[in-house]
Amino acid sequence: MSLRQIAFYGKGGIGKSTTSQNTLAALADLGQRILIVGCDPKADSTRLMLHAKAQDTILSLAAEAGSVEDLELEDVMKIGYKDIRCVESGGPEPGVGCAGRGVITSINFLEENGAYEDIDYVSYDVLGDVVCGGFAMPIRENKAQEIYIVMSGEMMAMYAANNISKGILKYANSGGVRLGGLICNERQTDKELELAENLAAKLGTSLIHFVPRDNIVQHAELRRMTVIEYAPESNQAAEYRNLAQKIHNNSGNGIIPTPITMDELEDMLMEHGIMKAVDESQVGLTAADLAV
Amino acid sequence: MSVSTPTDIAQVKERNRALIQEVLEVYPAKAAKRRAKHLNVSEEGKSDCGVKSNIKSIPGVMTIRGCAYAGSKGVVWGPIKDMIHISHGPVGCGQYSWAARRNYYIGTTGIDTFVTMQFTSDFQEKDIVFGGDKKLAKIMDEIEMLFPLNKGITVQSECPIGLIGDDIEAVSKSKSKEYGGKTIVPVRCEGFRGVSQSLGHHIANDAVRDWVFDKVGDKEPSFEPSPYDVAIIGDYNIGGDAWSSRILLEEMGLRVIAQWSGDGSIAELEATPKAKLNVLHCYRSMNYISRHMEEKYGIPWVEYNFFGPSKIEESLRKIASYFDESIQENAEKVIARYRALTDAVIAKYKPRLEGKTVMLYVGGLRPRHVIGAYEDLGMEVVGTGYEFGHNDDYQRTAQHYVKDGTLIYDDVTGYEFEKFVDKIQPDLVGSGIKEKYVFQKMGVPFRQMHSWDYSGPYHGYDGFAIFARDMDMAINSPVWSMAPTPWKAGESDTMAIAAE
Repeated sequence: MSLRQIAFYGKGGIGKSTTSQNTLAALADLGQRILIVGCDPKADSTRLMLHAKAQDTILSLAAEAGSVEDLELEDVMKIGYKDIRCVESGGPEPGVGCAGRGVITSINFLEENGAYEDIDYVSYDVLGDVVCGGFAMPIRENKAQEIYIVMSGEMMAMYAANNISKGILKYANSGGVRLGGLICNERQTDKELELAENLAAKLGTSLIHFVPRDNIVQHAELRRMTVIEYAPESNQAAEYRNLAQKIHNNSGNGIIPTPITMDELEDMLMEHGIMKAVDESQVGLTAADLAV
Repeated sequence: MSVSTPTDIAQVKERNRALIQEVLEVYPAKAAKRRAKHLNVSEEGKSDCGVKSNIKSIPGVMTIRGCAYAGSKGVVWGPIKDMIHISHGPVGCGQYSWAARRNYYIGTTGIDTFVTMQFTSDFQEKDIVFGGDKKLAKIMDEIEMLFPLNKGITVQSECPIGLIGDDIEAVSKSKSKEYGGKTIVPVRCEGFRGVSQSLGHHIANDAVRDWVFDKVGDKEPSFEPSPYDVAIIGDYNIGGDAWSSRILLEEMGLRVIAQWSGDGSIAELEATPKAKLNVLHCYRSMNYISRHMEEKYGIPWVEYNFFGPSKIEESLRKIASYFDESIQENAEKVIARYRALTDAVIAKYKPRLEGKTVMLYVGGLRPRHVIGAYEDLGMEVVGTGYEFGHNDDYQRTAQHYVKDGTLIYDDVTGYEFEKFVDKIQPDLVGSGIKEKYVFQKMGVPFRQMHSWDYSGPYHGYDGFAIFARDMDMAINSPVWSMAPTPWKAGESDTMAIAAE
């Protein structure tokens, strides 16, 4: 089987790292050999695999050693749950330097040093918004081929999912990146499943899986473990296994997304009664104004 | 293909207009439309040259312009000799601009002066990713240790600094405090800003205002002011230009308290707000700070031109008019004293240069300022243009310098310039190093008018003698009679030569 390159994107705080690590752990249980590339300066994409607070990152080690050329693959790669290989790109502290360039540097380093050999899956975990070219690196040519967008029924999560689809569309023709599907991480908002399915349909894709909310995820996370490892027999572990199997079977089913406009997105929310039609005459008025 | 030499102005104008149409024809329609606005023929009595300027160059053409970093580091700040100028960013910008201008200075290089040295933070990948502020602070510490006699530091930003958002102001402030109030100037002259080096001049001027003048504040001057204190503004001392200018002012009885910035020092910059008059040579690169000093300190400023005796005389009288009668009398004496020298220079070279035509394409002030010097030698400037001029430059050019019918080309492209010279066949082209060999290979005599072709000075009376000699040397060199000129030889001769 050829190498599957996948990436998880989604609004910040939506649960990308948790969802991706649980899913990848389940894939490892299926006998898949996996490499996780964390592309977030916070470097928290592999903690559940390693039972560690934070992994030494490529960029911090490179800064210590002088340059990235001074590093060996062994220096940056840690082995976690079920032999999953873990690397974190890392990056500067907030407010300085260029984290986007850091992602580019790290991915180039991994490719040049053969990190992608003898594995079945490489998974990129990317920070919330594709704020610049650097964070789009994983979806450019010869990188991730399938993108899974983690979202929920919240307006801003859907807005982000639509924006990420725009990013995928931009690179779809030059690099061959495809949208694998949406993963809804339940927030228990109104009509969440219906909305997620509707958005998936509008984007031309499908809702791969609806992950129900369960506190056991929290319990596992506090112990820096995935649910798969912490409570392998739990219902939630079964959900992640289910999701893993769906992703595994989804090879070649990715599509070029059809992102919608902001107006269309709002219309969709109104259709489902989530949002009321805005009375244009009230825009810009304060509560006090409206009370008059 | 040869154009017969037109005799009257109407013919000249007609030929020049036809030439403009001819060069525009090769461009795609959109590019032609944009370039057309930058090419024109000067008209007597018009307030400007009828061209647009200070507009972004068109992608795909060979422009001769530089960038904002070049304008700040290369032009304005670089010559301040007792400060260390850090090219902040990857190594290339500093390396390739290293000692590129011939800003002469007095001092012991590496001890108390640093103009011909190159300091760079040599950014690596990790500096981009993690930011370069710590490295900048470390470099400043190293500078303090290795070059303890430096009088200050400037940070000349290269492009990445603006992209990654480094806080060079904070580093400059904290290091300045640490070194007991030493002047440290952060300059936001990232190369991608603006359309040419011109914005870099402006940014550099503003940095003097904000980080030198404001720091000095209302402190008493460290010298005894006199009623005759002047500052030379906008002379970069190429080949010693500021020195041959300064002596004339001093012979008039004025005291030059600062040179901006050729052979200049931070103490001179700080002293300038106490000047009685700022005399401004390169208007383009330093009008901003002159206007600021006028507004804030009430110092008048006057433009002058020290190329060629006619303009020198005019300028000396104009400068003297700001002072009392003794200075005015002295100005006349200076003019009289040098008349013998200029007469001798003109007597020697004018017969050899009379009627020769020149096409110019240079930067700041020279596309207009040198015209008088050529005319003093009986020569005629038939085409001129600015790399990065603004409309006020073209106004000054039209009102005081060019003749009716002169071909004007703003931000000329490599193609246009070659074509114009090929068709007009001037006796001399004055431009830069990138242009030099193109035209010499075409068989056209050439002088570099940025670096004075490693000669100079050209300013002042002393400079005029050198200028005249150099132009004669270029035009009347026997080498040109040995180089067959295809447009003069018959078609068959050319082919025969080519066949050999």
